[in-house]
Amino acid sequence: MSNYYQPEIETASYEQIREWQSERLVKQIKRVWDNVPYYRKKMEEKGVTPDDIKGVDDLKKLPFLTKADLRDAYPYGLLGAPLSDCVRIQSTSGTTGKRVVAFYTQNDIDLWEDCCARAIVAVGGTKEDVCQVAYGYGLFTGGAGLNGGSHKVGCLTLPMSSGNTERQLQFMTDLGSTILCCTPSYALYLAESIHEQGIIDQIKLKAGIFGAEAWSEDMRRDIENKLNIKAYDIYGLTEITGPGVSFECEAQTGMHINEDHFIAEIIDPDTEEVLPEGSKGELVFTCITKEGFPMIRYRTRDICVLSREKCPCGRTHVKMSKPMGRSDDMLIIKGVNVFPSQIETVLIQQGYAANYQIVVDRVNHSDTLEVLVEMTPELFSDSLGKITEMEKILVAELKTMLGIYAKVKLVAPKTIARSEGKAVRVIDKRKI
Amino acid sequence: MSVNQISVFLENKTGQLAEITKLLAENHINLRAISIAETADYGVLRIIADDAEKATSVLLSHGNILSMTPVTVVAVEDKPAGLSELLSLLSDGDVAIEYMYSLFTHQNGKAYMVFRIADEPAFIKLLNSHGLTPATAEELDLK
Repeated sequence: MSNYYQPEIETASYEQIREWQSERLVKQIKRVWDNVPYYRKKMEEKGVTPDDIKGVDDLKKLPFLTKADLRDAYPYGLLGAPLSDCVRIQSTSGTTGKRVVAFYTQNDIDLWEDCCARAIVAVGGTKEDVCQVAYGYGLFTGGAGLNGGSHKVGCLTLPMSSGNTERQLQFMTDLGSTILCCTPSYALYLAESIHEQGIIDQIKLKAGIFGAEAWSEDMRRDIENKLNIKAYDIYGLTEITGPGVSFECEAQTGMHINEDHFIAEIIDPDTEEVLPEGSKGELVFTCITKEGFPMIRYRTRDICVLSREKCPCGRTHVKMSKPMGRSDDMLIIKGVNVFPSQIETVLIQQGYAANYQIVVDRVNHSDTLEVLVEMTPELFSDSLGKITEMEKILVAELKTMLGIYAKVKLVAPKTIARSEGKAVRVIDKRKI
Repeated sequence: MSVNQISVFLENKTGQLAEITKLLAENHINLRAISIAETADYGVLRIIADDAEKATSVLLSHGNILSMTPVTVVAVEDKPAGLSELLSLLSDGDVAIEYMYSLFTHQNGKAYMVFRIADEPAFIKLLNSHGLTPATAEELDLK
């Protein structure tokens, strides 16, 4: 028997969902036209006015938003409500130096937490549960979203944040956590630590909600077997709201998109043409209830497939597959979005050659990032101390830009592999 | 009186050093001294070649990254305490050494040490005050 957090919404008929979407989209576009000059200009350039938007079918007339728009409009250009009505920001990486800053009104946070609560209830969460949130807290949306959702469900919430494995395991055993929320790689790391310490008998977990990075069915089975739980995927992005844009149900065959808040489209990333249902393409979201940061036709760059096939869980909202790739060069490392262009920006600022290579690997279930940089005559010094000092500064600057540690490796000039004259910038050795 | 030392960037991988010595050998360049400073990932090869100018142009033309650094060579008695006595002078004179290594050359009962000293004039002054002088390029048979 399925459990729902908001049954009347989660099992609404297709027609009902379309009706909500149409009504909310029309209102949202009027609001955005009035409040967001940046988007209004884009609409004017396309010759579209709010009068042209009468329902969901008119969505395709609207211009897209991309990460480049977020950079150009930083920080307030896409604000959809007076700043005095906003109560929180969350943030994620931009493509270069500028981060993405998303604004939330209290209503935005309530609706976001509802989405996360749906995800927790879908995995069997109730007010009797102890929910251990081991996603990072702070600017990252992972901790904040699941924390809020857990409160709404009424679980006893353990706001652990990420890392400090010993403490995670101590709380997990002493307080009897039943639901674990973290990245899948950290879940696997915790699982192995539990087995190394021989404390699996003291673990009461029944389910896990694991997102923010790519993981495979093999990895799911591995986590499920090692922790004796059911492992569920969750999807989201800061630009749209954070985790809970979509979530997996008991069927474990894709993630239900919360369509009463987000309209999903699949487009051809090259032609920007909307593709028919079932096609593989780039996922695009339109926020129809968000006030603070109302993204309209935001191109996620995630490649996936949507499906309206009837789900055994009884939910009617469309399901998306796990993202199968990206239509840009973004990497997700330790759950953090990393763009090669960010690394390039730091290298150039620090006087290094723009010839570099990024090597990503997964060692003991944890992602590693190494940046190979070619030595230049300008930077070379007879003093090892000076080179080491320079390297330290580069590591620190990369950490500031990316938010995660990157190992720097200085290599001899012209040693970075090139194919067909074009340098191979990224080598991803992870087997997921 | 300083001598030209060539410092070459070395990536820490097998064969790097052999490649450089082979290149020098093919161009009939003889080494008078060699020293390596390294971290886990890279190193700096320091050499004194009989023909620094030629060595530099050969290395550069093969894509190596290098720099020229003036160093001071000093002869010490080739016997126990030979080096110790010299270093005591530096210590007492408060002259700090960045790094030091030895030349292959031994002649007339002398061994030779290569010094990199930040305050080179102070070092020379100290040597002179004890009746010592740095070895000349000529004495070391360097071009």
